Amino acid sequence: MPEHIVRRCEELISDFSFDYVRRWKAADPTRRVMGFLPIYVPRPLLHAAGMLPVGIMGGGSQVEIIKGDAYFQSYICHLPRSFVELAMDGKFADFDGFLFPSICDVIRNLSGMWKLLFPGLYAKYFDLPQNFDPELGGKFYRQELAKLLADCEVLTGRKVANADLLESIRLYNLNYQAITQLDYRRRREPWCYPASEAYAVVRAGMIMDVSEHTDLVHTYMNAVDAAERPFHDGSRVVVSGAFCEQPPLDLIRTLELAGCLIVADDFLLGSRWHTTALPERGDGLDILTEAYLRRSTYSSSRYDPLCEKRDHLALQVAESKADGVIFCAPSFCDPSLLDLPLLQAAMDERGIPSAHFKYAENTGQFQAIREQAGTFADSLMLWSER
Amino acid sequence: MSTIHKEESMVMQKTMIADHFEQLARAQQEGRKVVYTFVPGNLTELILAFDLLPVHPEINALQSGMRKISGDYIREAERLGHSEDVCTYVKCDVGMLMKGNLGPTGRPLPPPDLLLLSYTGCFTFMKWFEILRSHYDCPVIMIQVPYQGDGRITPEMTDYVSEQLRKELVPALEKLSGKRLDEERLRALLQRSRVAEENLVWALESAKRRPSPIDAYFGGVYYIGPIFTAFRGTQACVDYYALLRREIEARLEAGQGPLTPDGLLAEEKYRVVVEGPPNWTSFREFWKMFYDEGAVVVASSYTKVGGTYDRGFRHDPARPFASLAEYCLGCYTNLNLPDRVQMLTDYVRDYAADGFLINSIKSCNSFSAGQLLILREVERRTGKPGGFIESDLVDPRYFSGANIKNRLESYFQMIDLKRQEQYS
Repeated sequence: MPEHIVRRCEELISDFSFDYVRRWKAADPTRRVMGFLPIYVPRPLLHAAGMLPVGIMGGGSQVEIIKGDAYFQSYICHLPRSFVELAMDGKFADFDGFLFPSICDVIRNLSGMWKLLFPGLYAKYFDLPQNFDPELGGKFYRQELAKLLADCEVLTGRKVANADLLESIRLYNLNYQAITQLDYRRRREPWCYPASEAYAVVRAGMIMDVSEHTDLVHTYMNAVDAAERPFHDGSRVVVSGAFCEQPPLDLIRTLELAGCLIVADDFLLGSRWHTTALPERGDGLDILTEAYLRRSTYSSSRYDPLCEKRDHLALQVAESKADGVIFCAPSFCDPSLLDLPLLQAAMDERGIPSAHFKYAENTGQFQAIREQAGTFADSLMLWSER
Repeated sequence: MSTIHKEESMVMQKTMIADHFEQLARAQQEGRKVVYTFVPGNLTELILAFDLLPVHPEINALQSGMRKISGDYIREAERLGHSEDVCTYVKCDVGMLMKGNLGPTGRPLPPPDLLLLSYTGCFTFMKWFEILRSHYDCPVIMIQVPYQGDGRITPEMTDYVSEQLRKELVPALEKLSGKRLDEERLRALLQRSRVAEENLVWALESAKRRPSPIDAYFGGVYYIGPIFTAFRGTQACVDYYALLRREIEARLEAGQGPLTPDGLLAEEKYRVVVEGPPNWTSFREFWKMFYDEGAVVVASSYTKVGGTYDRGFRHDPARPFASLAEYCLGCYTNLNLPDRVQMLTDYVRDYAADGFLINSIKSCNSFSAGQLLILREVERRTGKPGGFIESDLVDPRYFSGANIKNRLESYFQMIDLKRQEQYS
């Protein structure tokens, strides 16, 4: 039954003792674990080096913040608090290092905090290119990848051959295809594949071994097929703005209970970062470089040289046959909140209804959001030309 | 009304700025092209080498803050849908744009002919120009400056920035100005920058003397003005710093403290190092809270956002592009946290400070994220008391004068107690 699979995923993603990681590592003494912060890191490269890439998307609503608050002023977003809380509680004992991708000032400074707090542990600020010319940003990024690979080789004591990297790219392509298929099914039959379930299934991939996760996604889709879930109507919406700090699972469920069928979203954006499968022949680092420059999705943390972000959102609405957009951004998230007026205006210009609200990963009261989303869903049902 | 005391250099700077804004006001009618860009990692010499005029939106925002009009601009931006959570420089700029883009002289600023996004140490700059781009029909050149995540500038980082300057920025400036780059002219500008930088460092380091002849935070924001903005590389800039140096030399010789708006500081009671930008909406009130207590800021990190010259960097006419790249890479907020901690620790020691104070800015994640850890680390390493206050750049709603004054008074009492402990 799909519900069983989803429950397993929910247990996995809310297990901050990282039992899965501990067991994975214990199976082979040469294995290493690399944690990473949102949004994107080149996971095939880590995998090829014999590492388990584990995405730490925050502590959600389960982690009580005591120590974390002592490190951040009230006007800093929530994710770094739960990250520090988990770290100070020793939850990352099985991790051999962390990557801090260059997505905002907070994650950037967190990389330095980590170096000060845990000087013996590998920590790398991972600079992603904002210049998309292969001779400029591409050249720089390839050098960054090569440095990261060399660091991983030191951590694992294992030389990575190009063939290893290509094999890892192939495995992540299979994972990409499985997630893409799930997204396609969600758009087609959102009542069969609720966003809250799909979220848990995809997020499990932030922790699990890639092949095991690919199997899990297929198993879930097969289980849904077999379950023959009944049709139910709702307002089809795209949720945008939650690419880094994740909304609590109950918030996603609240939107669904309010009558929204979430047909597309930017939750867990790193899982869907590349817009196509990657080539499986050639130089692995060149492939990953080209993929970042040419096959990456839009994000508030990525420079948009051709002003395409607004069109992209409108296209997402059209392709998913959505009736409207819910802008759902974490409090104090500069990248997301600074994009909000531009994206809202773009939706207005195109006659696409939208609503917006803020959340924190530990938001616990959903009544106001439920009322707001319910009113929005009702208005879409009443006035949409669908 | 009391007289505000000003030095000759302050008057000179005021004239330089007024002239610049006059040039901007006439730019369209005289056919001069305008480049909007930012202070940290600014490429002023390159812009001036093409006879283009720079505009710095964050300077406009801070000027609006000092003129007490930023609150209206921020509310206007929030009315248009900008969140109360985000950078108030951006909202102030957006509000100013919506209300006619009037500069500090009250005359409209020209629209940009180029948005030069050289974002050093602050992601919000990138978002800022994405917003401005939607209002203006002009090209954008984005120069990515890698962050010093590992606490050093690598040759790859320098090459990356230099190549962007050569291959993307210079052709764009040539197209905009209709002129070819004259490398000799650029070198001459960089040579003048170097001369001015020497004198700026001398001025900032004069605070090591006791009593300090300068306030390196409140006074410091005046001292960095010309070199951080439109004037680096000009003869006027060289002349300004020569004049500033003569003024400070005279105070040193006379054994005088810094000049405050209420005159020379009579007695230096506390020497502190400050981290974080100042509040602009109540700048003078904020400064007064320090000098009324006899507190002098002997070193600050804010005066390094437009260049860490006191760590040895100088623009180098012999290697113009590599030097400009290293300048961008070395700005304060592009340093990682361990480096920032070390720099502040060094300041406390080198400037014989009694303590260390953070003014944490609500809307500046680039500065603020991590400051509570910085506070602990600097306290631990120096053994000097740390203080923490909160305000904002240009949002007057986040400046609570009474609260800050209370905290500062308690902080200075803490320094007194530490001294008593030391001598007992």
